[in-house]
Amino acid sequence: MAFVARVKPRAIGLRGRWPSQVQAPRRMYSQHPAHHTTPEHPLRVAVIGSGPAGFYTTYKLMAKIQGTKVDMYESLPVPFGLVRFGVAPDHPEVKNCQEKFEEVASSPDFNFIGNVSVGTKSDHPDGLTLPLASLFRHYNAIIFAYGAAQDRKLGIPGEDQLKGVYSAREFVGWYNGLPEHANLNPDLTQGDEAVVIGQGNVALDVARMLLEDVDVLRKTDIAAHALETLSQSRVKRVHVVGRRGPMQAAFTIKEVRELMKLSDVSFHPVDTSLLPTDLKSLPRAPRRLMEMLAKGTTATSQSPSETSKSWSLDFCLTPKAFSPSSSSPESTQLASTTFERTTLSPSPFDPNAYALPTGETLTLPSSIAFRSIGYKSTPLPEFSDINIPFDERRGIISNDGHGRVQHEERTRGAEMSHGSFPGLYCAGWVKTGPTGVIASTMENAFATADAIIEDWVSRTPFLNVDRKVHGWEGVRSEVLRSGDEKRVVDWQGWRRIDEAERQRGKERGSSREKFTRTGEMLNVLG
Amino acid sequence: MSTPRVLRQSLQRLAQHARCYSKQTVAPLRTQQQPRLPTAWSTTQISARRSLSTSSALQHGHVDPPKPGEELYVTFIDKDSQTHTLAVSAGDNLLDIAQAHDLEMEGACGGSCACSTCHVIVQDQDMYDRMPEPDDDENDMLDLAFGLTETSRLGCQVHMTKELDGLVVKLPSMTRNLQASDFKS
Repeated sequence: MAFVARVKPRAIGLRGRWPSQVQAPRRMYSQHPAHHTTPEHPLRVAVIGSGPAGFYTTYKLMAKIQGTKVDMYESLPVPFGLVRFGVAPDHPEVKNCQEKFEEVASSPDFNFIGNVSVGTKSDHPDGLTLPLASLFRHYNAIIFAYGAAQDRKLGIPGEDQLKGVYSAREFVGWYNGLPEHANLNPDLTQGDEAVVIGQGNVALDVARMLLEDVDVLRKTDIAAHALETLSQSRVKRVHVVGRRGPMQAAFTIKEVRELMKLSDVSFHPVDTSLLPTDLKSLPRAPRRLMEMLAKGTTATSQSPSETSKSWSLDFCLTPKAFSPSSSSPESTQLASTTFERTTLSPSPFDPNAYALPTGETLTLPSSIAFRSIGYKSTPLPEFSDINIPFDERRGIISNDGHGRVQHEERTRGAEMSHGSFPGLYCAGWVKTGPTGVIASTMENAFATADAIIEDWVSRTPFLNVDRKVHGWEGVRSEVLRSGDEKRVVDWQGWRRIDEAERQRGKERGSSREKFTRTGEMLNVLG
Repeated sequence: MSTPRVLRQSLQRLAQHARCYSKQTVAPLRTQQQPRLPTAWSTTQISARRSLSTSSALQHGHVDPPKPGEELYVTFIDKDSQTHTLAVSAGDNLLDIAQAHDLEMEGACGGSCACSTCHVIVQDQDMYDRMPEPDDDENDMLDLAFGLTETSRLGCQVHMTKELDGLVVKLPSMTRNLQASDFKS
C-alpha cells in the first residue's frame, strides 16, 4: 500500500510566500558561489516522468555537465511513457528512440526509480507514493516531465452516460497495454459505423487501428486483449470528424498516407470546395497534404463499394449530442451522433480560420464514438501548497518558454514580479502543451537542458547548493518504510521485465507481448 | 576535383585536426608533415577519443573507413558554424557518418525515415540536384522539420556517391528562439 507523506511542506520551509519573496529559507539554496560541479558535489537532478521528454533532457544534461547524477522517477514499473503507451504498435520505427534512452540509462550516474509515483497517489495498488516535498531537500534541481495524463472532454449530452462513447486516450492506452486502461474492453460489435471526433494524429491512429488488418497488428507489440477484441470488430466505416476544414486540421501527412495505403480500405472523397483551388501557391507542407487529399478523391483505385471497409474525413461539423436509438430511447447504447454544421471564417483556406455555427444539423449513425480533441496536463496536488503556478487554460506549468518554472505575482508596490523558482524546471508536454512529434519533444527537451546548463554555469541559485545532497539515497532513507524498498523497480528490474515481455512475444510471433497489469510486471521480479 | 577545393578541404581538415589535438590528452599518433592519408588520421583520432570516453556505452553510426584512394569528402557545418570535413566511403549515409564522428546529429528513429531529427541542409543547389529525389516517406518527414529549406534532406536517406564527393551540408540550428516566441502567442 502507498504510504503517507511524512515530510510536510511546512517542515522544509516550503509553505506560504516563499516563491514570491525570492528569498527562500537559507538552508535550501543560496547565492553561494559553489556551483562548479566537483566530484564531491555533482549536480543532482530528479526527473519526474520517464517519457521521451525526461530522457532527452537527461541525455543532454549528462552529456554537457560531466558527473551529473540523475534519478528518474516513474509511477509505473516500466519506463518510456508515451513511446511505450502512446506510439501506435504499427509504428515500431518511431520507438527506436528507446535505444538512445537505454544508452542514457546504462550510465552509472543514472538511476531509474520505477513504481514510485511522486506527488500524486499511485494509480495502481502495487505502487509507492512519495510526496513531492520529500525531493526538495535531496536535489539541486527537479525537472517536471510527467506529461499529459488527462484528456479534454466535449461536454455534450450522452458523453458520460451512453455505452459506446470512449476517450481516444483511453482507447490508445488500452491497445498499447497501459495498466490504467487494461479493463476498458471497448465493444466493437454493436454496429458498422464508428465516429472519431477530432482530426489530430491520435484520431487517425484510432481510425487506423479500427480499419487495419488484424493479421498485420498481430506481429506488433499490441496488447493481446486488443488483438482479440479487434479481431471480432464489426466496424466497417469510420468517420473522422472535425469542426474546421482540411486547411486547419492538425493531422500530418504521414498518418493520412498510411490510411490511404491500407489494403481493402477505401477513402471517401473530401469536399473539394474546402480545398484551395490554386494548390501550387501554398507553402510546401500544406500543399503536399492538400494534394494528397485531392488525389484521394479522384485517383483512389478502390472505390468504397469495392472494399470491405472505408473511412472519410468529415469537415465543418461540431458535435452536439450522443443519442441512443430513437426506436428504443431507454437504451443506454449509443446509436447516433448529432453534429451542427459550421462555416469557416474568414475563409476555408485561412489556416487560422475559426468555425461559426450555422444552425443546420447532421446525424451520423454510430454505434461507437471516440472523443479525440486533445490531451491535458494537470498540476500535482502539492503545487498549490508550494505556490508552483499552473496555467489551467493552456494546461501547462507556468514557465519562461525555456522550461524554467516561473512565478508571477504582485509585489507590495503592486508591480508585477516575474522570476524563476531556483532549481525547478519542466520539459515535454507539461511545458508546451500536448502537441508535437518525437522530434519536437526532443528539441524542446534539449532547450530545457540548455536552460539548466546555462543557469548552473552562471551560478544562478539552485536548490541546496551550499551542502552536499544525496538524491535517492537521501530520499529513500527518509521516507521509505521497511518492506517498501523491494517494490521499487530499478533499471535492472525493468530489463528483466523487458526480457520476459520479449520472450512472451516470441511465442506469439511478435516483437513483444506487454504485461498489462502492474502485478504481472512485479511478479517477474519475484 | 578542382585544385582549389582540394586545397580548401586540406586546410579544413588541418584546422579540424588541430582542434582535435588541442582537446587530446594522448600523444599525437602520427608525425608526418603531410596528411597523405587524411582518412586514417581522422578515424584514428576519433577512435582514440572514443576509447577515452566513459559517457557513451553504445556506439552509433557504423561506417567503415574508406579504402586508400577511394575517399569521398563530406563537410558538415555544425550548429556553432564550425566545419568538419570527413573522408568517407561510398554508400555511407550522412546520419551514420555524423554519429561515427561524434557530430551533434540525432537519429531518433535509428535512421528508418520515421522522424526528422537528422535534417540537413544541402548548401549547394547543384549538389542537391545530383541526389536521387526524396521519396514520399522522406518528404512527409521533411514537412515536419524545423527550418525546412528548398534543399533540405534527411541525413539517413542521403548516401555518399562519387557524384556527391565534396558535399557540404549544414545542421539546422536549434529552435530555441522560435519556441520562446511561440510561447508568448
